[in-house]
Amino acid sequence: MSFLELNRVGKRFGEHVAVEDMSLSVAKGEFISLLGPSGCGKTTTLQMIAGFMDPTAGSICLNGRDLTSVKPAKRGLGIVFQSYALFPHMTAAENIAFGLEMRGVPRAERDVRVREALAMVGLDGYADRYPRRMSGGQQQRVALARALVIKPDVLLLDEPLSNLDAKLREDMQIELRQIQRNIGTTTVLVTHDQTEAMALSDRIVVMSKGRIEQIGTPHETYERPASPFVSHFLGKTNEFQGEVIRRAGEALLVAGSCQWPAPVGPSGPVTITVRPEKVGFDSGSGNGVKARITNRIFQGNHWLFQCETECGPAIVVRQNTGEAQPAEGENVCLVWRAEDMGIRSVGGAS
Amino acid sequence: MSTSASVTAAQESAVPAPGKQERSGARAPWPLLLPALILFVAVVIVPLAMTVLLSFHNWGQYTGIEFVITLKNWHEIWSDPYFYEMFARTFRIAGLATLIAALFGAPEAYILNRMRAPWKGFFLLIILGPLLISVVARTLGWALLFGGNSGLVNKALMAVGVIDGPIPFMFTEAGVVIALAHVMMPFMVLSVWAALQRVDPQIENAALSLGAGQMTIMRRIILPQIMPGVLSGGIIVFALSASAFATPSIIGGRRLKVAATLAYDEFLNTLNWPLGAAVAVLLLVALVLIIVGSNAIIERRYSEVFR
Ligand SMILES: Nc1ncnc2c1ncn2[C@@H]1O[C@H](COP(=O)(O)OP(=O)(O)O)[C@@H](O)[C@H]1O
Ligand SMILES: [Mg+2]
Repeated sequence: MSFLELNRVGKRFGEHVAVEDMSLSVAKGEFISLLGPSGCGKTTTLQMIAGFMDPTAGSICLNGRDLTSVKPAKRGLGIVFQSYALFPHMTAAENIAFGLEMRGVPRAERDVRVREALAMVGLDGYADRYPRRMSGGQQQRVALARALVIKPDVLLLDEPLSNLDAKLREDMQIELRQIQRNIGTTTVLVTHDQTEAMALSDRIVVMSKGRIEQIGTPHETYERPASPFVSHFLGKTNEFQGEVIRRAGEALLVAGSCQWPAPVGPSGPVTITVRPEKVGFDSGSGNGVKARITNRIFQGNHWLFQCETECGPAIVVRQNTGEAQPAEGENVCLVWRAEDMGIRSVGGAS
Repeated sequence: MSTSASVTAAQESAVPAPGKQERSGARAPWPLLLPALILFVAVVIVPLAMTVLLSFHNWGQYTGIEFVITLKNWHEIWSDPYFYEMFARTFRIAGLATLIAALFGAPEAYILNRMRAPWKGFFLLIILGPLLISVVARTLGWALLFGGNSGLVNKALMAVGVIDGPIPFMFTEAGVVIALAHVMMPFMVLSVWAALQRVDPQIENAALSLGAGQMTIMRRIILPQIMPGVLSGGIIVFALSASAFATPSIIGGRRLKVAATLAYDEFLNTLNWPLGAAVAVLLLVALVLIIVGSNAIIERRYSEVFR
């Protein structure tokens, strides 16, 4: 079932643990992202899959075959590096042809496949350009074509888009996803950019300090973060201090002046989490957290409000639907649906 | 001669940086150049002009230098096969020393570049070591090792019975070439090192993942990228070797003359300054032509790729 399998993989550099106890199985054709802050061990993981580094613990299997003793040159993986690592003394076509040449593909077939690869990444007509004469985005495409032309079992991408400017990055995300869907290559993407991971992947592996925090679809990881780290890393989150009071026959979640029926689970002091875009304003006297708007920032398609509430600071994001919005200094009530709220006991998870 | 600065400068000229032209703005503060310009004119241009002029003067055994304009020295150099032989030897020695320096220096730089932190600095120091010691001391070291029957290496090898007589080293062309290659090695290593700094550290992994073996990576990926460094290092080594004085004069002795030692002899022993000047000027012109020519070729060859 699983195509690429990491089995309790670990890597330490001397005393320093870069990756620890990492288990992951990737299905054939899946697009998976390793997401985490800089230094959390994403590149190290990718390099171990590629074979440039040996794991100090665990094993990696591809298609049922243990990769441990397989040399990187024999693994048949396609890799796009953050710096692209194009061969500067070869033209785009020569760069792409290199892997085919190493595999002994005859010249005629090679030429055809190089032309197809260039067309796939939208670079027909650039065959004879040298990399230094190409823009960042074009170099990126050559690197992608070079990795894909050998028909790799797995495509490994290490922050492939981080050197591009924002607009180009968005275009390339869409294109990358399209190409991957078309050819169906199993893909592992490394990125520290959560929007990129969400836009591209079937599943996201959120990593922190060399460990996996959560594996799930973009929707799952965003809506049901498994840890405070995940909820903070994926988008913004408001946190309020509250308390769950369980008395005979009733259980109440209390924060400031408002209260909800408490779900089963923790009791005592808790942290309530709610995403800024799930919060609404209620000028009435309903069950809401009392707040004053300290800052109102217009951001085109949405408004960003910074509020001072009775339970601490909060931010609220409202779509710019054309409706009138509260002004700075106004007193409001912050409301949200009970199911949009996460609760975890203070000092513990969930 | 400041080492790394000259090496990078040489590389820079071999590989033109983009935007160099744009920088010379319209209102550049030219007067600031004046002190350097005066110094340059005083210590380079004037002596050079005087040397060129000197090469057209006459010289007689009893009259000394006669301040007339004559082509006699040039004619002598042109017609006497001795000078032809001497210049051929000079450039042969320089060429071979350059070749050896490249063959050993480029791999040396590559290995050095791959070393880990403490060792890298240590071995770099060892390679640069020769630059910290006087040329004369270094060259005398070779003489101590290989000088005739009493040279340490010769003595040892003869004692063990590997060789019957001493290895001919002193006063041979091979000896001069080897000693020069040793002396010049740091320039080659630094030059290739500078080129290696520009090579993407992931590029070998990229080639590896595409299925290339180590030899292929060296030949197809690394070598082409450090070639500009090897070539510009080669130009430096060649120019310094062709005009070297200390090494050829100690190892080569008085019989194995090269241009620099010959000019020296004409100046200080024969006292025929005009002839010495003509030899020196000819060496300079030949070197300038070779350097400018090969630099132009390198630039044309690599401008497309590295800019
Ligand atoms: N070759 C190495 N030697 C020692 N430590 C390393 C080496 N490579 C990476 N590390 C360390 O391992 C950790 C993870 O690095 P890396 O995988 O590059 O992080 P990421 O790609 O997620 O930013 C970092 O703390 C880094 O300093
Ligand atoms: Mg990284």
